[in-house]
Amino acid sequence: MRTAFIEALCELAARDERVWLLTGDLGFSVLERFAERFPDRYVNVGVAEQNMTGIAAGLAMSGKTVFTYSIANFPTLRCLEQIRNDVCNHNANVKIVAVGGGLAYGPAGYTHHAVEDLAIMRALPNMVVVAPGDPVEARLATRAIAEHQGPCYLRLGKSHEPVVHKQPPSFSLGRAIRLRDGGDATLISTGGILPVAVEVVDLLARTGIQIRLLSMPTLVPFDVDAVEASARETGAVFTLEEHRLVGGLGSAVAETLAEMGSRAPLHRLAVRDENLHAVGSQDYLRQQSGLTASQIGETIGRMLRNRKNPSRS
Amino acid sequence: MNAVDQTDVRRLAATIRAHALRMVHRANASHIGTCLSMADLLAVLYGKILRLDPARPDWPERDRFILSKGHGAAILYAVLAERGFFPVQWLDAYCQDGTVLGGHVMRDGVPGVEAATGSLGHGLPLGCGMALAGHRTAKSYRVFVLLSDGECDEGSTWEAALFAPHHRLDNLVAIVDYNKIQSFGSVKEVLNLDPFAEKWRAFGWAVREIDGHDCAQIEATLQAVPLTPNKPTVIIAHTIKGKGVSFMENMLAWHYHSPNKEQLAQALAEVEGRQ
Repeated sequence: MRTAFIEALCELAARDERVWLLTGDLGFSVLERFAERFPDRYVNVGVAEQNMTGIAAGLAMSGKTVFTYSIANFPTLRCLEQIRNDVCNHNANVKIVAVGGGLAYGPAGYTHHAVEDLAIMRALPNMVVVAPGDPVEARLATRAIAEHQGPCYLRLGKSHEPVVHKQPPSFSLGRAIRLRDGGDATLISTGGILPVAVEVVDLLARTGIQIRLLSMPTLVPFDVDAVEASARETGAVFTLEEHRLVGGLGSAVAETLAEMGSRAPLHRLAVRDENLHAVGSQDYLRQQSGLTASQIGETIGRMLRNRKNPSRS
Repeated sequence: MNAVDQTDVRRLAATIRAHALRMVHRANASHIGTCLSMADLLAVLYGKILRLDPARPDWPERDRFILSKGHGAAILYAVLAERGFFPVQWLDAYCQDGTVLGGHVMRDGVPGVEAATGSLGHGLPLGCGMALAGHRTAKSYRVFVLLSDGECDEGSTWEAALFAPHHRLDNLVAIVDYNKIQSFGSVKEVLNLDPFAEKWRAFGWAVREIDGHDCAQIEATLQAVPLTPNKPTVIIAHTIKGKGVSFMENMLAWHYHSPNKEQLAQALAEVEGRQ
């Protein structure tokens, strides 16, 4: 995803001289292509995220469209108050880009896992929150947030994620993307775990369970209509994210369902707190939280069977 | 610079001190001590130094001023009103329900305010961004950031202090209102900044220490920036918290207290030179 991002950003910068890129001394082998083409609009501010974010706000308040870039929690939580006071409070045109959303940094450990970022970014005023599901969505999301006037958070995976969308989908901020249709339930996925969601739905289809699959790359603004329609039309909703249970996609869906008075059951699949300090690859960490395709398929299949036949539960 | 000019600046300083006293009294607000310590700095900046057009607060070529010590909002609003950015009558509504002049610097609906502040350590990074934008696009505007000594405890201040010399931002001027009293005691007791000038110098800044209540010296120094080409300037302004009101000077309590009616009358008499 980071390659898709930087390619899209270079295209934008070639067309629009207001586009700047700041990094907190991270992005080796990724950002060079921007730095070489647009040296006057590139700054490595050093390992100083608070300053980076303040500078970004100052540049934005001087008419620039500023992207800040770093790993996992460094461009968000490390400088949270700068984001709140300097960026959001001034509605400054700053785009915060985190590479390594969720568990993408695998064995690097908890410091490098962004599993509270969506909740915290969702809580900030004026902040658009985007977590693309594959490199295609990452490219489209980069363009969309550049066009949007105001603060945005772009949560990327890392590298070499599989392409889910064979053709670029229609993409706009605040709109879900429907990837599969089915009447037995809806699975909504955000961020880099989308390929797993596709695998789950295809796996269940082979057992006769037809699931609607929504990719939800934007958490703010949120596609309330798509969630409402899914609950109404399919009767049950599952959410999937590489994030703690609190405050992310599952919470956004729960808020929507509660406010619409839905009686459709909701089950949230997320990173389990007891595994936050586990060591291992992204696949291993997903497995520890029950987030592999076979585990999720088993969970969804069991819950839907129990729903149809409660006596067996 | 002639004598008449200096008289005008001193008159402006007295006027904004009086405004701030009335404002905090009416609102029963804190932070009069910090307002008074930077009154002379603001009077010189807004009276003599900053290139501004009150009729066009968004004029792209304007000098930028950021009050990083946002708890001194009252006297910033006062000097903006005196310079004609908005009516002086607005000052009566400071901190009142449904108005725009909040207790820490607010920007929405307040012409002339460059950045909202209040949490310490935000101003210098913001100023670096504005200065960098000007520097890289060959604009002639300057960026002035007024800091408290207390916020020099903040790491973000020193992140920016590293950044500005590295990028040769000689269009950036930091001014420290060095009144040597922070929220809970003297700077020396809480977290000693000494040797203060040497720290800035070691970071690569051009440093000048001045009397922050000597308007002629303030003006002469600010007229001379950048003090060294290709370096940002920091002016360490030695000041007195509560300056101009005898019973407030150097008193920590006036970081918090608001003058009552009798105290206000006494304070106004002093700052307006009637006593």
